[in-house]
Amino acid sequence: MHKRYMSLWFPTLKTDWKTIRQPELAKVPFVFSTSEKNRLIISACNSIARSSGLHVGMRLADAKAILPDLCVQQDSEDRELKLLKAIGEWCIRYTPLVSLDLPDGLVFDCTGCTHLWGGEENYIREIKARFKSKGYTVRAAIADTIGAAWAMARFSKSTVIEPRSQKLAMSNLPPSALRLDDVTLDKLRKLGFRTIHSFSAIPKSNLRRRFGDLLLLRLMQAYGEVEENFKPLNVPEPYQERLAALEPIRTRVGIEIAIRELLNVMCNRLVGEGKGIRNAVLKTFRIDGKQQSIDIGTNQATCNVDHLFKLFEQKIETIRPALGIELFVLEVTLIGDADISQKSLWTGKTGLADNGVLELLDKLAGKVGSKAIRRYLPQERYWPERSIKQTNDLKEIPQTYWPTDALRPTQLLSKPEVILVTAPIPDYPPMNFRYKDDLHIVKRADGPERIEREWWLDKGEHRDYYIVEDQHGKRYWLYRSGHYGADQTQWFLHGFFA
Amino acid sequence: METKQDTINRLRKEILAKQGFKPELASTSHIKGLSEIEAAFPNGVFPTGMIHEMLFQKGEEAAACSGFLGALLSSLTVPESIILWISVGRNLFPPSIKTFGIEPHQIVFVDATQEKQVLWALEEGLKCQGITAVVAELRELSFSQSKRLQLAIEESHVTGFVLRTDATKLSTTTCVSRWQVTALPSETNDGMPGVGFPKWNVELLRVRNGQPGKWEVGWHGNQFQIAQQEAKKAINYQKLGRLRA
Repeated sequence: MHKRYMSLWFPTLKTDWKTIRQPELAKVPFVFSTSEKNRLIISACNSIARSSGLHVGMRLADAKAILPDLCVQQDSEDRELKLLKAIGEWCIRYTPLVSLDLPDGLVFDCTGCTHLWGGEENYIREIKARFKSKGYTVRAAIADTIGAAWAMARFSKSTVIEPRSQKLAMSNLPPSALRLDDVTLDKLRKLGFRTIHSFSAIPKSNLRRRFGDLLLLRLMQAYGEVEENFKPLNVPEPYQERLAALEPIRTRVGIEIAIRELLNVMCNRLVGEGKGIRNAVLKTFRIDGKQQSIDIGTNQATCNVDHLFKLFEQKIETIRPALGIELFVLEVTLIGDADISQKSLWTGKTGLADNGVLELLDKLAGKVGSKAIRRYLPQERYWPERSIKQTNDLKEIPQTYWPTDALRPTQLLSKPEVILVTAPIPDYPPMNFRYKDDLHIVKRADGPERIEREWWLDKGEHRDYYIVEDQHGKRYWLYRSGHYGADQTQWFLHGFFA
Repeated sequence: METKQDTINRLRKEILAKQGFKPELASTSHIKGLSEIEAAFPNGVFPTGMIHEMLFQKGEEAAACSGFLGALLSSLTVPESIILWISVGRNLFPPSIKTFGIEPHQIVFVDATQEKQVLWALEEGLKCQGITAVVAELRELSFSQSKRLQLAIEESHVTGFVLRTDATKLSTTTCVSRWQVTALPSETNDGMPGVGFPKWNVELLRVRNGQPGKWEVGWHGNQFQIAQQEAKKAINYQKLGRLRA
């Protein structure tokens, strides 16, 4: 399909933005200033200030000499980036592909979008009117290439350039319409090139030798001989459903209906493809421009609308509708193959094959977080802390058997506690030990069970474990770190047996 | 002709039914080796599909309790069934549960960050029919909260175990029983040295419509053994020994 691009230019972006917030600034000369090389210079000025001869890059002291009652505001570093991003996201209503064009514009890839507004002329008129009603001055032009649209928006009155006629349209524009740097522009001016057509006929090799690669590149990009990179602000999701509200939605019931509608449409589509939702995001766009989103995840791909709705329902509270939501967008960020099963007459499956259990776990994951739901699988390792493997996957089956040869305590302390012991001779269990100020006299004991450290993973002493039972019949798991009698020998309590 | 005893039995059952105890809810399968404790419950059956309360204080007591609970769960479950274990700051070491007959990967752990989440997850878990049992470590459980849990359970027949981590916060609840398990000196066969089979002092502090009591229960590899029987057996062994000699 033939590409069409629209360039949108905000000649007075920052001052318009400020004027919307402080309407009294509309009638006075007003500039933004920023400090550069230890002096204050103008970074943006409104139309009144400009008509008095002020321009961007001028020293503030000079400007104040011309206009003593000039209103000055401090500029911030990345204001235009923030502003353009916000505006760009709002513009997604006109086309899904919007790209930033710093410092003062946006580029739309409006291919196949304009007919929805009744043609390119009307498209531009609508956008301009919309921005004007908000208080922004904009200029726009549509052309086959980004370069041509950029040039026409800024340097020409005509807004729509017919397909394949950008060469002709640009011929009378000055060289600065080609997005060049100051040095090249200076050279061109000195050599008397006032319009593009005055040098566009010069052989390419000569142009490159005199002015460098950039000029040629820009020229070819504008003419459509070289493809220009377009970096959209939001990459559109392939599985996305939109629901625009006729009137702003402000109630929980309204949001619930919207979610159900979106899920119905999305699930119908996914069922046809044999897929199901694993992760999804619901984005809500408020009329004051704020965007909020809630996301859900499931343990198995599903198209069950009721279940998915319940997962969203848990999080509806987090949406603040304020004055109302005008647009709902449901995006599926991860899909999976779903086995579209026949509806069974009774639930015959048990355990983790049961849909009810999976749906419950999805629900719990929505509230406490999917990381908090875990299972443990055996690992063929002896070091107690590493003998189990944590998994969040509910389908994973153990690769080995749970060991039964050595007893393990039912309660294991995450950090072993230091104890004081009386131990008679090497390799004998202690006679008594002190834990939390209580003296425990060992009546029965088993051990030692020596567990070597995995030296390829960490350094340290081995552990000699003993199972001991005290005078009250309570059973403990103790260990000595290192050899008996060595300097750094220490005794620890690591767990409690049933 | 109905005897007096029959009439009394019939009336007792009627009273039970009117108090909300539905005999058809409880299973009819018995737990191996626990028949004496089961006799303390109404109808002489360990009530599944109900909520049990257990005292579960940190350290030694929690260890004994989780051992007994593991053994109890293993007789309630089949290999594919799922147990939900909800807690804040859990110390249970999964491999140890294998000793009591449960595959540790059957247990799905929910490690919440707040007590409130535990209670919510417990209620949601109890509503789900696919789950065999739900275990939750809780500090506090008020009467109205326990009523909610009871309502959840009445439809799904899931068995719930509420482990009370703070014994000072106990109050009246709708739970069917309250257990306390403490450790007793272990037993070895024929006086061998070393630590033997675990043995516990199991107390039923309260049973709804039943008889509280106190038993010494051991776990012998794959089944419970109540102490008096063991005493008798020990005598038998001695007799056998004498006969052989």
